[in-house]
Amino acid sequence: MFGKILKRIDWLTIFIYLSLVTIGWVSIYSTTFTEENASIFDFGTLHGKQLFFIITSLISIFIVLGLEANFYERFASLFYLISIALLLGLFAFGKTIAGATSWYSLGFFNLQPSELAKVTTALALAKYLSDIQTDLRRRKDQLYALLIILLPAILIIPQPDPGSALVFFALVFVIFREGLPLFYLGIGFSLILIFIITLMFGTTWLIIGLALLIALFYLLKRKSFKLPVIPLVLGVIAIILFSLSVDFVFNNVFEQRHRDRFSLWLRLEKDPDKLEEIRKTIGYNTYQSEKAIESGGFFGKGFLEGTRTKGNFVPEQHTDYIFSSVGEEWGFIGTATVVFLFSILFLRLIYLAERQKNAFSRMYGYGVISILLIHYFINIGMVIGVLPTIGIPLPFFSYGGSGLLFFTVLLFIFLKLDTNRLKESF
Amino acid sequence: MRKILLSSIIITIGITFLSRLSYLQIFSFSPDQVLEDPSIKRVYSYPERGYIYDRNGKLLVGNDPAYDVMVIPREVQPLDTLEFCTLLGIEKEKFIEKLRKAKVYSPRLPSVLVPQLSKTDYARLQEKMRKYKGFYIQKRSLRYYDTKSAANVLGYISEVNEGDLAKNKYYVQGELKGRTGVERYYEDLLRGRKGVKYIQKDRFNRDIGPYKNGSLDTLPEPGKQISITLDKTLQEYGERLMVGKRGGIVAIEPKTGEILTMISGPTYDPSLLVGRQRSKNYTALYNDTIANPTWDRSIHAQQPPGSPFKTLNALVALQEGVIDENTTIRCYNGFYVGKTKRGCHCGGGLRKLNDGIYKSCNAYFAGAFRKIFEKFDTTDEGMDVWEKHIKSFGLGDYLGYDLPFGQKGRIPNKEYYDKWYGDNRWSSSFIISNSIGQGEILATPVQLANMTAAIANRGYYYTPHILKKVEGKDITNPKYTEPKHTTIDPKYFEPVIEGMANVYTKGTARWLQIPGIEIAGKTGTAENFTRINGVRTQLTDHSVFVAFAPVEDPKIAIAVYIENGYFGSRYAGHIASLMIEKYLKGEITRTDLEKRMLEKTLEDEYAKPYSGKEFKINERVW
Repeated sequence: MFGKILKRIDWLTIFIYLSLVTIGWVSIYSTTFTEENASIFDFGTLHGKQLFFIITSLISIFIVLGLEANFYERFASLFYLISIALLLGLFAFGKTIAGATSWYSLGFFNLQPSELAKVTTALALAKYLSDIQTDLRRRKDQLYALLIILLPAILIIPQPDPGSALVFFALVFVIFREGLPLFYLGIGFSLILIFIITLMFGTTWLIIGLALLIALFYLLKRKSFKLPVIPLVLGVIAIILFSLSVDFVFNNVFEQRHRDRFSLWLRLEKDPDKLEEIRKTIGYNTYQSEKAIESGGFFGKGFLEGTRTKGNFVPEQHTDYIFSSVGEEWGFIGTATVVFLFSILFLRLIYLAERQKNAFSRMYGYGVISILLIHYFINIGMVIGVLPTIGIPLPFFSYGGSGLLFFTVLLFIFLKLDTNRLKESF
Repeated sequence: MRKILLSSIIITIGITFLSRLSYLQIFSFSPDQVLEDPSIKRVYSYPERGYIYDRNGKLLVGNDPAYDVMVIPREVQPLDTLEFCTLLGIEKEKFIEKLRKAKVYSPRLPSVLVPQLSKTDYARLQEKMRKYKGFYIQKRSLRYYDTKSAANVLGYISEVNEGDLAKNKYYVQGELKGRTGVERYYEDLLRGRKGVKYIQKDRFNRDIGPYKNGSLDTLPEPGKQISITLDKTLQEYGERLMVGKRGGIVAIEPKTGEILTMISGPTYDPSLLVGRQRSKNYTALYNDTIANPTWDRSIHAQQPPGSPFKTLNALVALQEGVIDENTTIRCYNGFYVGKTKRGCHCGGGLRKLNDGIYKSCNAYFAGAFRKIFEKFDTTDEGMDVWEKHIKSFGLGDYLGYDLPFGQKGRIPNKEYYDKWYGDNRWSSSFIISNSIGQGEILATPVQLANMTAAIANRGYYYTPHILKKVEGKDITNPKYTEPKHTTIDPKYFEPVIEGMANVYTKGTARWLQIPGIEIAGKTGTAENFTRINGVRTQLTDHSVFVAFAPVEDPKIAIAVYIENGYFGSRYAGHIASLMIEKYLKGEITRTDLEKRMLEKTLEDEYAKPYSGKEFKINERVW
């Protein structure tokens, strides 16, 4: 049975997966290395533990590939319910680490059910959307699909772990791929854009810009085209109201630390003294991580030579900020390689998803891409200072057992489905 | 559309990341970042600053250990404050205040609590230091002067300032650097190179081992021991003679260009600018704007040279063939410029070159000067030739000696007079004062000494310099070891030197002859003016003297410039004579002469312009 799988499985994806895991582990080794704990197999050290997690993950690959392909579709709903139950159970039995009640303590290992939920939600969503009775043109079905995504997210927010909750929204892309009107996506992006413009330039400039845009549109429009006056006026009013509410929410509902994060991200703060203050407090991580990456230069300082990494200048460097260690020790060559590997992985996965005959496989494939992509985008964006600080791990890289295990399972379920791509149904 | 949406998002993200990363890692990257890296600490070890010896190997400047009591506020534990204060020799209030300041500066970093303990205090304190946690004694080295002289030549060191730090990346805050004199000019030699150890730190500022296993670390390179050309004995003697007088003395060894003494009066004890009292003393010296002890007159004071300059005009006239030894010029107790008469003290009568020099006849040199210009069709041509000859003696421009400061002096040229009088609207009679070293000519004492050395060598000089040996090896810099030739033929020097020798045997300095040594010299008496309440007022003439000896084998050439000392033979002549005897014989036979010079001061003379009263100048005091 494995012979067949080995023949059909996508080796490029496996190659990239193994490369990323290797580079990730080497980076973790750098961040936790000291002269005293240089041994690789010492499970008392973080890099030793991570090696154990990698081995566990590799074993899980065989299990995932060994199971029947239709097993995943058939039990998708059950898995989903189990993970929802586990998320609920956290409120009663959860273990608190670093302020977040996100783990079950299993003695040698802390299980993070939100990581599991990413896999099961992707499966459940694929199953629901691929059902013959689901029609995305129906409002009700749109709503159901959204609910599948929102339920785990809502349970994760109060842990509190807003970063992980955010990840689930990426699954909306799957619904779009399958026919949710792009109109929704347009609205979503517009809201983000208005939010940013309001913070950077203020409501007044937004209104002026809007007026100019409409004037331009009016001048360039074809004579025959009738301007839909009422929707347009309503739209403009809605935008202005939203913009005003952004101002209000930002200044009155947000806490200072949130405001600081945004002012750091959008470079809103111009006063050098305050900027210095932000750098020392809320912006400390970003500042240190940017500096570490910058100091690597083009060629990097070399393996185990990263001075800022060794000095632990970047907090959480082995988890969320692992990419900064790549930047310092391997330079632009290292960081560019990682970005390339991820980009090729995603493009390859899209190609794989598109060649699926089976709707469930395709939709699950898009689920996998969406989840991995949002992690990659937010994490690296945060580490290199183009996105505000949102704490989520870099897939296959960051230290953490649950993360690595379930990212591996997430990916390899899809590869397993891909080996069965020629069958329209199982 | 839906299919390519996700692909284009992925590619957009990839491009965004790569541009941000190349901005950070390629464009913002600076190779100096080891210096800015907060995770790498540099620990310096400083070599001892090089010693300075005189030309005979006598120590001038060395180092002295000093002991600072340091404190790291965070590590201080409760102590018997009263006992500790008694040991340190400070008051309790002061101790508490200092401790507070140290805490404000940094609780973790060391601060100086009591600077520069004496050796005995240190010995007493050292044994008991263990008892006081958080305090320790740090040794450092201070400049030690084995002389009270030559402050102007040796210079001083002080802490680097913002400007130094910006200019030279070598220095870091708190390091010392030569500020003036030899300490500044030979800073690189004397300083050596500090050693540096790179230490890897973590973000709590804890050391976690050497950076790159110490492969970048360097050992300190000790400062070089140097010998300078000064003769310590002569320098100290000269400064004793200068007490109460203002001016400069410069003596040069003609055969090498080595500066034997370089004295500026008034001066100060170099030890004043070291140690605990440094800033107080410095302020006092700096604020004395009347006597100006920090202003080195030997290289800065640009004054009219007066009659010694006549020797150069004689040489130029001989070289240009407009006079010879037998040319006669009549002195009418002066000479006429148009219808105005300029005076002369020589006694009048028919003058030749020889008695023109030893009697310092103004009329003779005015005549010779005119003859130079009459040789040429235009005044411009004459001026160019004259300027070329004069400048070949190192006048009117920087000499190029190895001290950080100095002045050019001034030899006027045709452009200079064109500006004053208009193009071609002046002639030799307009500038006749130059013939006797007044007029527009200015020179510093070191330039006069160098000019004298060139005459002593019969036509060449070595650029005067102060560095003799580095680590026992003679300097080889061709700038100082290759002669500079003047534009005057050697044969023309003999008659002039004969005249200068006669200054001692039968001329203006006949009372200053040293038994057994043949000297050649020339007196000078330079008129000078100042402004008092905006009114140009003449002061007592400056006393100038240049000389070299022995005439046939010159070992010393000297220029002495005493402000408001009146006749050249008076102060300057005496001092020059004593200095030459001291240098050549090692002792003074004419003790009455010496006694007079040691006792006489010109303080009354210097007080006159500031007295606010009417005063007489050029008084016949003795």
